[in-house]
Amino acid sequence: MNLDTNMESAEFLKGRSLWGDARARFFRNKAAVASLIILILISLFAIFGSYVTPWSNEEIDWNLMGDVQTLGGPSIETGHYFGLDPLGRDLFARVVQGTQISLMIGVVGALISVIVGTLYGATAGFVGGRIDNIMMRIVDILMAIPYMFVLILLLVVFGRSIFMLFVGIGMISWLDMARIARGQTLSIKNKEFVEAAVATGVSTPAIILRHIVPNLLGVVIVYATLLVPQMIMFESFISFLGLGVQEPLTSWGALINEGAGQMRYGTLWMLGFPLFFFLISLFAFFFLGDGLRDALDPKDR
Amino acid sequence: MNVQSPLLSVRDLKVWFDIRAKGALPWTPSQKLKAVDGVDFDLMPGETLGIVGESGCGKSTLARAIMRMVPAEAGTVMWLGDSLLELNKQDMREHRKEMQMIFQDPLASLNPRMTIGQIVAEPLKTHFPDIPASEVKERVREVLQRVGILPNMINRYPHEFSGGQCQRIGIARALIVKPQLIICDEPVSALDVSIQAQVINLLMDIQEEMGLSLIFIAHDLSVVKHISTRVMVLYLGNVVEISEAEQLYRAPGHPYTEALISAVPIPDPEAEASKEVMILDADLPSPLNPPSGCVFRTRCLIAGPECAQSKPPLKDLGNQQLVACHKR
Repeated sequence: MNLDTNMESAEFLKGRSLWGDARARFFRNKAAVASLIILILISLFAIFGSYVTPWSNEEIDWNLMGDVQTLGGPSIETGHYFGLDPLGRDLFARVVQGTQISLMIGVVGALISVIVGTLYGATAGFVGGRIDNIMMRIVDILMAIPYMFVLILLLVVFGRSIFMLFVGIGMISWLDMARIARGQTLSIKNKEFVEAAVATGVSTPAIILRHIVPNLLGVVIVYATLLVPQMIMFESFISFLGLGVQEPLTSWGALINEGAGQMRYGTLWMLGFPLFFFLISLFAFFFLGDGLRDALDPKDR
Repeated sequence: MNVQSPLLSVRDLKVWFDIRAKGALPWTPSQKLKAVDGVDFDLMPGETLGIVGESGCGKSTLARAIMRMVPAEAGTVMWLGDSLLELNKQDMREHRKEMQMIFQDPLASLNPRMTIGQIVAEPLKTHFPDIPASEVKERVREVLQRVGILPNMINRYPHEFSGGQCQRIGIARALIVKPQLIICDEPVSALDVSIQAQVINLLMDIQEEMGLSLIFIAHDLSVVKHISTRVMVLYLGNVVEISEAEQLYRAPGHPYTEALISAVPIPDPEAEASKEVMILDADLPSPLNPPSGCVFRTRCLIAGPECAQSKPPLKDLGNQQLVACHKR
């Protein structure tokens, strides 16, 4: 009887996948978990922040507008938790909106790079030979173009819009990823399980998707989390130059630019709040990437 | 041997690799590395052909060329009347389910991100995409049971198994499409001796049950002797001897085979101590620049002037013992 029940439960032996192992390792890393929590909080702030304040990011508070310097500071009574911006708009609403844009740019950039870069690199690496050569030379050529210059030209010619910003970021973000994915593929494709799949007659696209990409993903995820802050900084730099998102929309970079311009009037909150969000999320992304790298390190399984 | 038609018949198979020195200019002619240089053999249904030879003699390359995993330079591979090297990709894919392969490193030959159930089911799903999931599962269980893995392990991952178990899973993956030929590329070299015996006996049992043919590559001569019907000895990409396993071990025909056999350790310390081992002079010549005539002549103890002149053809010494040597 006892044996029978044992056999019964043995029917559903669950394996410990490498992903499961990695998850366990990740959750043991306190800094990484704290970063994850911070990033979740920031995302919640971006999504639900606009419901907390009665002000929108476009509205001007005419009552306080005349004397932003003395009356426009952060205060609960006026309803401006982060104070006002130089034009008398609610800074809280604007930071919420800027967070949305900045996170979106970071995440979209990373997504494009993960999808396009990984598939492109894995294909080039796996197929090899002349096709690999051509594909990687295309990457080299795109990399050799001074993208900042091209992006600025794009924004000037086609007008400043978020769409153009995404186009620019989409153009450059996958290049490094393609190289990394190709390099990893070269080492994976000589493993015997890939050979076994070839010998079995599995088609090339299926081998890439089923055998190569899942084994690349560890490296790719780590690099993607490190790419998000890079993209955010990239956008901030463009916005800081005044070429980024268009008013009334804003982003962390644009807000920091605005705040930095007002520093000499002593309204430091205008710089402080966006800078605070910018810095902690960058730190959080870096620590998260670090934690993921430790967790997904292919060397220990 | 018999009048049956061979399952696999390889004629004058050559695999050459282009080797270019590091930093060479793109227009310098590349050197040819003759990994396999004119191999002939037949494989009968139900037979086990052992392939032995030292490292770098072309054993694995030969196997991969038959499977069309490396391109062959010349020659023909006839498989049940079809010339494999001339088939297009689609037709070749059809044939791949008839021949499967087992690899040397048991763990590396299983995808670490897939459960063993998925791994074993892959060939079946590739060749018969219309089989319902329940039947796939049933067949996976069946075949795992056959190789001695508990079917309730199907949700586990390769790293949770030992080397011998991983090799069994590799065998299960090869068996699930019911092939006629399994090419075993040093399947037991990475395993412990006691596990080797288990895996070899499993292979032999399955062979008998399913009437499989095996091509068994190894460098351990005693293992090859145990499993093979016939043995082929390779040296620098050339066949030096093919004969019945018993015959080869009792009375090796080629001086190289003789040296190999004399080096097999005897599991008895006293016999081992008094045994005479033929030590060959010098090292293996470079396959980039093989010796003229008989490739073995630089290390052969009985080589004469005629050995440098022409390549010795395989000739029958009687008893189906084919030897490539001028002196025999």
